[in-house]
Amino acid sequence: MSTVRDWAAPNPITENRSGLIGKPVDRYEGRLKVTGTAPYAFEVETPSAPLYGHIVSATIARGRIAGIDLSQAASAPGVVLVWSHLNVPVQAQRGAKLNPRSQRGSNPALGSDRVEHYGQSVAFILADTPENARAAEARIRITYEASDADLDFGSFIDSAGPVPGEEDARIGDFEAGYSASAVTVDATWFSPLQNHAQMEPCATTAWWEGDKVVVHTSIQMVKGGQHALAETLGIPSDRVRLLTRYIGGGFGGKGQSYDDLTLAALAARESGRPVRVAYTRRQMFQATVHRPAVQMRVRLGADGTGRLNAMALEAVTHCARNSTFVEHAAEFARNLYAAPHRLTGHRLVRLDIPHAGAMRAPGEAPGMLSLECAMDELADRLGMDPIALRIRNEPEVDPDNAKPFSIRQLVRCMQEGAQQFGWDRRNPTPGAVRDGRWYVGMGMATAIRGNFLLPAKAGLRLTGDGLATLTQGMTDIGTGTYTILAQITGETLGLPLDQVRVELGDSDMPPAPGSGGQFGAATAGSAAFETGMVMRRRLAELATSDPRSPLYGEDPLLMDFANGNIVLGNRSESLATLASRAGPEGVYVEGSISPAADARDWSQHTYGAQFAEVGVDSVTGEVRLRRMFGVFAAGRILNAKLAKSQITGGMIWGVGAALTESNAVDPRYGSFLHQDLGGYLAPVHADIVNLDAVLLDEADDKANPMGIKGVGELGICGSGAAIANAVYNACGVRLRDYPLTPDKVLAALEAKGL
Amino acid sequence: MKPFAFERARNVDHALSLAAAAPGARFLAGGTNLLDLMKLEIEQPETLIDVGRLPLADISETAGGGLRIGALATNTVVASDPRVRSRYPVLARAILSGASVQLRNKASMGGNLMQRTRCAYFMDPAKPCNKRLPGSGCSAMGGLSQATALFGASEFCVAVSASDMSVALAVLDAEVETVRADGSVRRRPVETLHRLPGDAPQVDTDLAPDELILAVELPPPPSGGQVWRKVRARASYIGALASIAVAGDRVALGAVAARPWRARAAEAALAEGAAPREAAEAELVSASGEDGRKTLVRRLATDAIQESRKGSRS
Ligand SMILES: Cc1cc2nc3c(=O)[nH]c(=O)nc-3n(C[C@H](O)[C@H](O)[C@H](O)COP(=O)(O)OP(=O)(O)OC[C@H]3O[C@@H](n4cnc5c(N)ncnc54)[C@H](O)[C@@H]3O)c2cc1C
Ligand code: SF4
Repeated sequence: MSTVRDWAAPNPITENRSGLIGKPVDRYEGRLKVTGTAPYAFEVETPSAPLYGHIVSATIARGRIAGIDLSQAASAPGVVLVWSHLNVPVQAQRGAKLNPRSQRGSNPALGSDRVEHYGQSVAFILADTPENARAAEARIRITYEASDADLDFGSFIDSAGPVPGEEDARIGDFEAGYSASAVTVDATWFSPLQNHAQMEPCATTAWWEGDKVVVHTSIQMVKGGQHALAETLGIPSDRVRLLTRYIGGGFGGKGQSYDDLTLAALAARESGRPVRVAYTRRQMFQATVHRPAVQMRVRLGADGTGRLNAMALEAVTHCARNSTFVEHAAEFARNLYAAPHRLTGHRLVRLDIPHAGAMRAPGEAPGMLSLECAMDELADRLGMDPIALRIRNEPEVDPDNAKPFSIRQLVRCMQEGAQQFGWDRRNPTPGAVRDGRWYVGMGMATAIRGNFLLPAKAGLRLTGDGLATLTQGMTDIGTGTYTILAQITGETLGLPLDQVRVELGDSDMPPAPGSGGQFGAATAGSAAFETGMVMRRRLAELATSDPRSPLYGEDPLLMDFANGNIVLGNRSESLATLASRAGPEGVYVEGSISPAADARDWSQHTYGAQFAEVGVDSVTGEVRLRRMFGVFAAGRILNAKLAKSQITGGMIWGVGAALTESNAVDPRYGSFLHQDLGGYLAPVHADIVNLDAVLLDEADDKANPMGIKGVGELGICGSGAAIANAVYNACGVRLRDYPLTPDKVLAALEAKGL
Repeated sequence: MKPFAFERARNVDHALSLAAAAPGARFLAGGTNLLDLMKLEIEQPETLIDVGRLPLADISETAGGGLRIGALATNTVVASDPRVRSRYPVLARAILSGASVQLRNKASMGGNLMQRTRCAYFMDPAKPCNKRLPGSGCSAMGGLSQATALFGASEFCVAVSASDMSVALAVLDAEVETVRADGSVRRRPVETLHRLPGDAPQVDTDLAPDELILAVELPPPPSGGQVWRKVRARASYIGALASIAVAGDRVALGAVAARPWRARAAEAALAEGAAPREAAEAELVSASGEDGRKTLVRRLATDAIQESRKGSRS
């Protein structure tokens, strides 16, 4: 196993001689997407005319199907088959694993008469057109036996239980430290349930080739989906080929497969035809995972100079009764600020609602909405600048485990951000700045998010036409993975970008863990880099051992790669020539990356500082963003344009979290109030004016051989808190119940007599 | 979506005779509301009569000094018409605060008036809703949705109208001109085009199924400032939490009732010399519903009336 020292030597990426690394090149697949020609899972060509499946969803929260009559639907125009739990083909029990190495267990659809949440699949219709499949739904008669359901998170918060296998993290003696503190904050924040609202719904196209099923599906993890389907069908995974080439947004919500995959595969087998199944927009809300609501109590105790003596973040969240998930909203607080006495922990409520799951920056995204506002309150109480307060509590080593930081530029992020944003123009007195009807205020918050490296592989083929083709069972969920892998491969081999191809999203390709937890670029990218290095060594050996090469007999270790050639001094040979001499298939190598043995001896995170200026309508309580700016440190940046898109996209999501995004469970039905994009409010263009971000120069040599880190989730962290702090600075109202909608702001203004 | 027949009307008479012949038929203009509802199977017409190509898109001066706007003039065209912008700025602003530019390019005058409520439970076919399925109950009552009526609601329905444009039309005393298959032409004030729900919330207006909107007529603008304000949860592309149109001494509120709500009590108070806030409070005397919503309307109306008085009097 390698250690981080092995990564320290200069390499083609860190040397970046052709300048591809960091270059703001356009998306590799951008043209296909903007011209509408990138085939998404529902649109891929099929070997013969497909049938269309439609899933029927439960309309009770909990209970059982007492009766279901499919006969009318079965005889509806165009209908090929109709399934309920009574006649669906046999599938393995939920969670079952025939192969203990499967990354995911069986995920059966229509598996029983039990209804565990509103929106759960209860029937399936296969028809010649999507319209006929959907129209037949009205002909299905279902009677339910409903049982009592626990639906209202708020009423169970006080009885929340511990998280299985988890204990509170305690350092020092929080209670004693807190009560001995001169200045304290003790307040509770609430972050509501949120939905991913991806543009592309979950969708699958499936067909069988003999005893092997081919599925194109929209999923973030290739292996997870392949294994889940194989286990569900009770077949070895090599009889499932899963492809996922273009994905219209995942955000964690597509980290797993759903019933579209299972039912498409089953229906294709049963009908002998290709089958397409997509979730409706409603089903995307109701039948996929969501970010659970979190209640967070924060207690901070400081001395008169602002030095933190005690800090606690206690989070209560929820998940589905039979599907454990914990939104670790308190975890980030362990690594952020120094304080000798610390307490963080989570409690869990089980509800009979759809499954909670990962959503962009799980943990930090809601968590930072509390602590970062508590810090603002503390600064206010101390009469201190919020940045100065944070700098005062900047730790020298990770406060959770005393490990050294691989690199931590948080203070620089705050200082550069303050300067570029014009923080010195902030009037610290709330309500002091007006612009006509509007109260105007500024706020800031920090951002922190972990960095990870997982094992991954890649394949690379060099062909006689001089093209290098990277293949990897990796996904690009719209983040730019295709593009950065092309840049890494091009830079490693000294090839221009137009000679590099990237093929992703196929379970037949060397596996990578997929997209999630902002580990994608570092993990897949490092595997691509290592594979490129394997290719360099292979090519050097081929050249130096072949009498036909001008480099014959030279030391392979001395070879250089530039402009499509292998080079030594003034002698060179083109990679195309080398590859064609190797045979019709060219040269193929595989490579891999694994975490360094000692990687976790360092505390490794990405950091940032978020700044926002908002207006609060003094008449109506509407909050509008006026400008936003962030400075981030996230290792070496592979593509300035894509990294910024990821970061600003995250910041924008934070705007939504602060101001508009939330869903609620209707306690009468168990359904979400909002089940479409007209009711579930993500920010629109008009909400986002003057928003920008910069990324600091950085290389983290403990992270991976390229010194890069993830940027996909960092931008959302702290973003909403900066806005909430700006709202306070604007009008003097502290709202701790997100989102800060006009009704809440107005009520608070009224209460203050404003 | 349920299968349906599709007819394209060649002229107005053709449209009307098609409508008279096919009882379950609906007119289709821009389709931005009707088609959405059909996809959700909330609307299930047997026949669609496409009136989109009828020559009803003109905007012309009336003899009385007003403006006649054809039922098929798009929202974009109306909002950018120089006569509308200079004489009826409240209408231009109201239209521009609605939907998105793409939708406004398709949305028609008639369709905008006739659009259905966006009550979250009306939009969810799995939920009881008296407007969608008479007698099934009203899920909005005791529900989570905040956008319920302050005025004119009944025990059967508390939904509000989603049209911004109609609030401005109501304050301008606009009238809707319709024609039926039997040739009869009628004019109704926009203010009362929509019924209050009463015990039949499924009936939005008293327009007959074969009654086609031909045009909206605006009388000359009243003297005094015009103000439009729309309060909303995000900066664009979302219905109002409350809206207000003020034109001279007239006030209309939006998103507070099943129709654009002319604030007659407030107008009467203003006529008697009441201050803006007193006028707003006078209107709210008859309001029922959540206090926060009333507070919003009080503050909004007070401020908008004040602003209209500051504005230049024409
Ligand atoms: C995402 C979204 C956001 C929106 N936001 C807003 C908003 O913020 N504010 C707002 O005011 N509106 C909003 N709207 C609604 C939009 O304004 C309406 O959809 C549009 O005005 C309808 O016009 P249309 O021509 O497309 O009508 P259609 O959809 O064609 O028809 C709507 C109804 O009117 C009837 N109809 C049409 N023309 C006539 C006629 N001449 N005579 C008789 N009946 C007729 C039809 O039969 C149908 O019942 C939004 C819509 C969408 C989809
Ligand atoms: S308020 Fe009206 S539209 Fe909404 S659920 Fe009740 S009856 Fe239906």
